[in-house]
Amino acid sequence: MTQLTQDSELSSPQSKPKPGRSHLVIAMIEVRRVSVTVLLTLLVLLTVTFFLGRVMPTDPVLALIGEQADESTYQTVYEQLGLDKPLIVQFGIYIKDIATGNFGIARTTGNPVIVDIRRVVPATIELATLSLILGVIAGVPLGIVAAVRRNSAWDHGVRFFSLLGHSTPNFWLCMMALVVFYAMLGWIGGSGRVSIFYIDTVDPVTGSILIDAIIARNWDLLGDALRHVIMPALILASGSMAFISRMTRSFMLEQLSQEYITTARVKGLSRMQVVHHAFRNIKVQLLTIIILSYGGLLDGAVLTETVFAWPGFGQYLTAGLMNNDMNAVLACVLLVGVIFVSLNLFADALYRVLDPRTR
Amino acid sequence: MENAKEKIGLEAWLTTHSVSSPIQAWSQRVYFGCKEFVRQPLAMFGFIVIALLLAVALAAPLLAPYDPLQQDLAIRLLPPDGEHLLGTDELGRDLLSRIIYGSRISLYIIMLVTIILAPLGLTIGVIAGYFGGKIDTFLMRITDVFLAFPGLVLALAFVAALGPSLDNAIIAIALTGWPGLARLARAETLVFRSHDYISVVRLQGGSHARVIFLNLMPLCLPSVIVRITLSMSSILLTAAGLGFLGLGAQPPIPEWGVMLSTGRRFMLDHWWLVTMPGCTILIVSLAFNLLGDGLRDILDPRSEQQ
Repeated sequence: MTQLTQDSELSSPQSKPKPGRSHLVIAMIEVRRVSVTVLLTLLVLLTVTFFLGRVMPTDPVLALIGEQADESTYQTVYEQLGLDKPLIVQFGIYIKDIATGNFGIARTTGNPVIVDIRRVVPATIELATLSLILGVIAGVPLGIVAAVRRNSAWDHGVRFFSLLGHSTPNFWLCMMALVVFYAMLGWIGGSGRVSIFYIDTVDPVTGSILIDAIIARNWDLLGDALRHVIMPALILASGSMAFISRMTRSFMLEQLSQEYITTARVKGLSRMQVVHHAFRNIKVQLLTIIILSYGGLLDGAVLTETVFAWPGFGQYLTAGLMNNDMNAVLACVLLVGVIFVSLNLFADALYRVLDPRTR
Repeated sequence: MENAKEKIGLEAWLTTHSVSSPIQAWSQRVYFGCKEFVRQPLAMFGFIVIALLLAVALAAPLLAPYDPLQQDLAIRLLPPDGEHLLGTDELGRDLLSRIIYGSRISLYIIMLVTIILAPLGLTIGVIAGYFGGKIDTFLMRITDVFLAFPGLVLALAFVAALGPSLDNAIIAIALTGWPGLARLARAETLVFRSHDYISVVRLQGGSHARVIFLNLMPLCLPSVIVRITLSMSSILLTAAGLGFLGLGAQPPIPEWGVMLSTGRRFMLDHWWLVTMPGCTILIVSLAFNLLGDGLRDILDPRSEQQ
């Protein structure tokens, strides 16, 4: 919450200070507005997951004790789970459980869900971060070129590519990549993070196998991990690449139509210098877009991880879905929701802090 | 000769500047819209593909060379040849026939999702924009919560709770799709609501419901149609994704996503099993996007200025 206060204090002058009101009061109002939004969003999120858990087709008691158990056992477990209490009380218990990190036991693994989630999340972060880096490296320059050479072959190419990336089913692309580059050409590793004989050969220091391998100076492992991560990362990146290049293009076009650009051109600045000036002004917008696209990557990771058997949260989620493991599924949904809300909040705060025009 | 004269007459009626009836004005808009549309090759490509898809779905029994559910283990996993143009799957079913019948499932999904999503998003958005104040805040808060969620994960959660089936997948996709539409409809309504003609309707004694349903909603329609056409491609992709995960249509329904999911087990040695349905999804989804882009250019005059 301290973070929030700082952000909001910095951005407070944005709401025009009325005479007689100190900046502190305005900052307080801003903090209250943001916290109300966040708390409300979280509450609705929890309500949705709570009710999804209630209407699920499988009986949670039978799921625990099996079909053969007798009536009295059923009744005992029914009461132990608190299912005999009023809904509102159950909801209170649910919120208390979530707040203390108790998401229940995952049926598929037998572990507490929170333990499983700690185990799978690093793999997803590694994949999504690498994808984001690839998406930015390719997307930003493409967007700039498309904007600078508007209506050229470059521009049409980038726009068509972006449309194509938007229209392709990513999970199908993953399968095609496995067929072509793994089965036919043998260029990449198959499914998973590393080949089977490399599993657990390095101390998990950071959770990212790539970085762990570099720390341990295990170059064979690094090569193997790279061969495994490159395809899912590239395919996952294609979506954010399309998004980032499209946004970069429209941001740049907006800047390039401004009068200061005309002035700069008239003064005789080279094209590179002009582009440099325009780019400086879209940096903040671009940063918020990149942060937001990280959330989209988590969404895309669900299917990508499933096809590549990448042991991250997406695969955990789909495995839970197949096995009717509602505890695992709802925890994942909640996790994604919280990450999304945080990313939105972070992007918003960053925008207000870094862009002087919003003050 | 007479025919040619008539054409000139019709063209004159469609292009004259002195418009005499609402029908004529409307026809002129459609006429100029079509003229504009035909000039865009990519949008035309999209339109032709979607028209073909509709035709194929309607005439599926006539076009499909085999029964899409007919199994014959003697001819399983045959590569594409003259007999089976796209090959056969792991149960000896003709892939081309399954893809042809699959177009019916895909259109069924897209149509039902649109039927649920469009009125829902439109009503919520227009009501929020028209009344403003607390109602607006309340409705937009709910919308924001749904928007703050990745579409696929939310759809997965809904299907998991409702149980995997084609109809539940449709409900789930519709439930995750309306917030974007509501936002759009609200933004449009905010522009129109302060116009004089809305005040005139109110002063004449028109009820709120009349203004909302008869005046504001039709005004929002063009941009909503564009948005829905563009989102049809993501509806298609989400439905295929759900089918692929076994949460949408169930085998043996020849849904394209389901075909990808069953083909996945054999794909490393039999490439056509996943290539054919996947390419179909790609082409159709691309066509919806191109069609939507083309429609936006003619229906939404603001986008032209950009």
